[in-house]
Amino acid sequence: MAESENIVAETAEKIFADLADAQTINHDRQGAWKAPLWRALTEAGLPLSWVPDDLGGSGASLAEGFSVLNVAGRHAIAVPLAETMLAGWLLTQARIASPEGEMTVVPASPKDRVTVGADGSLSGRARGVPFAKDAKHFAVLASGKDGISIALVDSAKCRIESGTGLGGDHNDTVTLDKVQPVTIKPAPKGFDQTTLMLMGGVVRSLQIAGSLEAMLDISVRYSNERVAFEKKISKFQAVQHNLARLAGENAAALAAATSAADTIANAKTLDNDAVFLEAASAKIRCSEAAEKGSGIAHQVHGAIGFTIEHILHRYSLRALAWRDDFGSESYWAVELGKLVANRGADELWPLVASR
Amino acid sequence: MTAALRFDPIRLPEKCEQLRKEVRAFLAEEIAAGTFDPHAPNREDNDAPEFSRRVGAKGWLGMTWPKKYGGQERSFLERYVVTEEMRVANAPTRRFFVADRQSGPVLLKYAPEHIKMDILPRICRGEVCFAIGMSEPNSGSDLFAAKTRATKTDGGYLINGTKIWTSSAHIADYMIAIFRTSPPTKENRRHGLTQFLVKMKQPGIQVNPIGQITGQFEFNEVVFTDYFVPDDHVLGEVDGAWKQATSELAYERSGPERFLETYYVLTELVRAVGNNPDTRSAEGIGRLVAQVHTMRRMSVSVAGMLQAGKEPVVEASIVKDIGTVWEQQLPHRVRDLAAFVEETATNRETLEKQLDFAIKTAPKLTIQGGTTEVLRGIIARGLGLR
Repeated sequence: MAESENIVAETAEKIFADLADAQTINHDRQGAWKAPLWRALTEAGLPLSWVPDDLGGSGASLAEGFSVLNVAGRHAIAVPLAETMLAGWLLTQARIASPEGEMTVVPASPKDRVTVGADGSLSGRARGVPFAKDAKHFAVLASGKDGISIALVDSAKCRIESGTGLGGDHNDTVTLDKVQPVTIKPAPKGFDQTTLMLMGGVVRSLQIAGSLEAMLDISVRYSNERVAFEKKISKFQAVQHNLARLAGENAAALAAATSAADTIANAKTLDNDAVFLEAASAKIRCSEAAEKGSGIAHQVHGAIGFTIEHILHRYSLRALAWRDDFGSESYWAVELGKLVANRGADELWPLVASR
Repeated sequence: MTAALRFDPIRLPEKCEQLRKEVRAFLAEEIAAGTFDPHAPNREDNDAPEFSRRVGAKGWLGMTWPKKYGGQERSFLERYVVTEEMRVANAPTRRFFVADRQSGPVLLKYAPEHIKMDILPRICRGEVCFAIGMSEPNSGSDLFAAKTRATKTDGGYLINGTKIWTSSAHIADYMIAIFRTSPPTKENRRHGLTQFLVKMKQPGIQVNPIGQITGQFEFNEVVFTDYFVPDDHVLGEVDGAWKQATSELAYERSGPERFLETYYVLTELVRAVGNNPDTRSAEGIGRLVAQVHTMRRMSVSVAGMLQAGKEPVVEASIVKDIGTVWEQQLPHRVRDLAAFVEETATNRETLEKQLDFAIKTAPKLTIQGGTTEVLRGIIARGLGLR
């Protein structure tokens, strides 16, 4: 990790440690911690990390922003930091300035479509949009007869059916019915919904990897405290081997997510097979790791980890929820499988070895 | 954080790509000349002495070692490229692989100069084959229970006892083995074992091949009867082999051979499925490709850390743990998907033959070179659980 990434990640780490301690916020059912946390993140310029100065952001590099997301995952942050970063990044692709406040992206699933009408208005329905209810603006990707556009939309002009995701965060259905955007511009050449989904997938992969690191950490600590059959459960070989497997899942998720992030941070364009392999693989492998890893973390904790009082669910349920955003692992596996089949058997190894 | 695992996204440097092209071109020539069939990993004998010499002539053996011993002083990452290309092509690497990966580095570190000057250049030329003498009839994973004795005598040691599951002993010119020179102490049960260089094909050594469930005869029982080893063949500290073993494990455990052993069935499945897979085949292939890509990125990351002089022992053990479990499951997952391959697929018979062999190979993958259980113990220690 370069020094600048370290500094940005450390800034984020400090804010989370001060204002989003898992124990404290787990007992704050009203969510009073959210406003001070968002203020601190905004003051540090983190939500608009990927927006250049002249478009209203703090102009951090892609790599710096990715390092923040990994840290955010370690704290299972339940404010729309990742979503606002992604929305700012999307708007920046079309050189649209980012407003202040919470944002999210529409659509958040590869299956949903927003279309541009003849009058320039936007219509469509997007399910499973994270934090839509909390967002002041949406960054929207839409297709029309002139190709793909990117738009900034006032969330108050859309119909939002409130829902709750696995992790307890807002996960809503957004309906646009001839909504006039604040701004709309053409997307750059080669940028389409797949590009947005791949980027969103890498964002979620980094968060999952971070949450697995936290789950490993608290599971190891718990196993070194909890006594059963007159010894610490960490001394039982069966428990040790489960935790070793959790470490393996954490390692796989970390490697897959940081590799994909590094690829995107250094890519000249995002519409090529190497980016596709990296980003799709990260989402697939991190989602698999979320399932296996959170299962082990819960098994190590026993009944206490199943309680709402314990912090484990903050990480385990979010990791599971993040699998669904921007295309699930089974969706990306089908797409990656098609790509591989299309290239042919003899081009599989050259693709893998190109990374 | 208790764990702090590191898997930095290390990339192979640009110069590796030129090397990769050279290796691929070389292997294509060898295949065209009939040296080996890349679609038949189940060939009767993987020993190819002439091929080994040609690989040596290319400068691809001992390539990280000092030039004065015949090496090329190239990086671990360049060696990584050669290793993975050979593995994916199913090249017959048995004769040189052990010497190149681990015996040579042990000699470099512990052998006296005249032995290094004698043997290392021959490894680099692909002329000599090494075996590793660790397991015994009553000590496998519990390495430090080894009983084969090395008794001090005039000018050397007399060896008596039996090593077992010794891969390639039947073709090997040398073995690096651990023998008991002293009993273990109360304080340290690992004390008392010494590492030796053993010259094979001598009186006093009897090699008995052992048939494997794959039908191959790859490993052996090796019986020593008053076999003499001279003093200068002691490698490292007498009674102190346990100190030497652990730090080298990272090299042995994290390479591409730890997840690519059955990779060929995936390639063949993609060929059988064709360009327009149904949803089930596409998803199955996509997951397997995502998994192998991730394994490789982890493995390259460890190689990069080794090149940078770090000792990522826990990370390397994780790579071998999940890598070998993956390559063990791979033929079974491919079998699931192969059930839907069209009868008309032209490579159907090849795929079936490969699956048959890979499924028979699979059980050994999580046993050889450190079992899953041993690896998870090492990882658990790294996590602070022991």
